[in-house]
Amino acid sequence: MKLSLGPVLFYWSREKLLDFYAEMTSQPLDIIYLGETVCSKRRALSLDDWLGLARELRECTKAELVISGLALIEAASELSSLKRLCHNGELLVEANDMGAVQLLHEQGLPFVAGPALNLYNAPALAELQDCGLQRWVPPVECSAALLHDCLKQLDALGRPRPEVELFAYGHLPLAYSARCFTARAENRPKDDCQFCCISYPEGIPLLSQEGEALFTLNGIQTLSARVNNLLADYPALQRSGIDCLRLSPRAEDMAQVVADYHAVRLGGLPPLLAQGCNGYWHGRPGMLNAEEAGLC
Amino acid sequence: MHLVCPAGSLPALKAALQQGADAIYVGFRDDTNARHFAGLNFDDKQLDNGLQLIRQRGKQLYVAVNTYAQPQGWTRWQRAVDQAADLGVDALIAADPGVLAYASRRYPDLNLHLSVQGSATNVAALTFYQKRYNIRRAVLPRVLSLAQVGQVAEKSTVPLEVFAFGSLCIMAEGRCHLSSYVTGESPNLCGVCSPAKAVRWQEDTDGLSSRLGGVLIDRYSPGEPAGYPTLCKGRFMVNGQRFHALEEPTSLNTLDLIPQLAQIGIAAVKIEGRQRSPAYVEQVTRVWRAALDAHAKAPAHFSVLPQWRSALDTLSEGSQSTLGAYHRSWQ
Repeated sequence: MKLSLGPVLFYWSREKLLDFYAEMTSQPLDIIYLGETVCSKRRALSLDDWLGLARELRECTKAELVISGLALIEAASELSSLKRLCHNGELLVEANDMGAVQLLHEQGLPFVAGPALNLYNAPALAELQDCGLQRWVPPVECSAALLHDCLKQLDALGRPRPEVELFAYGHLPLAYSARCFTARAENRPKDDCQFCCISYPEGIPLLSQEGEALFTLNGIQTLSARVNNLLADYPALQRSGIDCLRLSPRAEDMAQVVADYHAVRLGGLPPLLAQGCNGYWHGRPGMLNAEEAGLC
Repeated sequence: MHLVCPAGSLPALKAALQQGADAIYVGFRDDTNARHFAGLNFDDKQLDNGLQLIRQRGKQLYVAVNTYAQPQGWTRWQRAVDQAADLGVDALIAADPGVLAYASRRYPDLNLHLSVQGSATNVAALTFYQKRYNIRRAVLPRVLSLAQVGQVAEKSTVPLEVFAFGSLCIMAEGRCHLSSYVTGESPNLCGVCSPAKAVRWQEDTDGLSSRLGGVLIDRYSPGEPAGYPTLCKGRFMVNGQRFHALEEPTSLNTLDLIPQLAQIGIAAVKIEGRQRSPAYVEQVTRVWRAALDAHAKAPAHFSVLPQWRSALDTLSEGSQSTLGAYHRSWQ
């Protein structure tokens, strides 16, 4: 089983990003995704900076380096940037919008289908395979049963299975809006946001009026409050045709997360119950963990 | 601009037809469409009846098969496409690349519209669906500003339909798992957001509470108007403040934008609300028909009449309406 590091979803300073990746190069990771997927206004690193960083990282890690594209493309300027990213000439691209799929397909370039693409069945996957899909990160709400059915359906169509990468760890990216909820929380207009999301390296917690942690606000993206964690499910994941587990960066202690997953893939015993939620994998509400859902 | 109106039942379809809809969109009675609510939508016989009425008036029928197909139920989505094609509908509205591929190859003459659930917000995405599936129209998600709609319309050769009135999805459609995260039912796969069976109302001395999947969405003081609990319109705690952290209960209303939308070259405006009553469909269709006709007659002198506005306000969520993302300041 491979381990990948997903793109950083939060807005971190240039220094924090560079320190983070410097630390991650020494971790047992097989794939590292770079790039900004949430907000085009975030410019701690430009596309050229990301590509430069990839060249530097290549010197000190064997991990495959991939650049991820923005999930919600609205302005013409964002589409131009996406085009430049897709035509970068060096790195494999993770497409998070069908616009990216089109741009990559036009160039005959292979791509990773990110979790923001709605691919839920084999006929849809086959369509994107014809356009260059090599690796598939299913939507975050994908359950073990859905994945199983989808892969069987691909087999029945006589299609090769793509490499499957499952979102295994981190706050789940749940929604994208035109509105910036971080700016709204700070009573700022989006056009004068002052990049306020940089003050929240792991987003802003949104709680119910009873204090129940529900979501995490991260600019135009809404994430789960709870951290999805499939480490306790590792044996089942291994049997499910999954090739790679995605660990989504958090502001602190990411090296420990990688170490925990690495230890289990080396043969260490998975925990009976991992901290966080894993409801989606078990076909239940994503916010639950298997114990709460009465599944163990 | 064509006026595209919703119908969740035969009476709603009749109301839309009577009030001057150019096209009416419906769904089958299962999870193949994005308004899969109990008691809503059409069985074969009702749809046959509806289609006859529509044909008598020379109007159009669109069928939405716009959820994402579950692998286990794939034949259900195929069958829905077959059924729509057999009926001879004027357009099939779909989002799933697998469904679009099936429809376009099996029925090359069937008009395909890309559903809003397809979440295509830019020219490149529209080109994908146009080149592969020959879509004849696309419904834009409610996340673009008017200027951005204009940019897309200028660059794309796909005729565009935009939302004109109705419940306001503030997230990019097809890209929202909030309801799924809390209830376990995916709007993309099951066609329902905030399913009624996950809703609980609790009344006590402090007032009324609304819950979804056990999560408190809002608490209302006695006498305060309460809305159907959806996650994007609840009152939550953020940085110690209690407020509508995502959006207030409000509806989209773009009567004011009719001249700009026409100028941009928008092909059709869509009324949301297949889940709403025939009375709602009747009233919204009447107002929008009058407004579009007034604009077509004298574009330079178009202004929104107060009675149109007040008629629509009574049908809006929380009796409030907004221009939503079309207006940059909303974002």
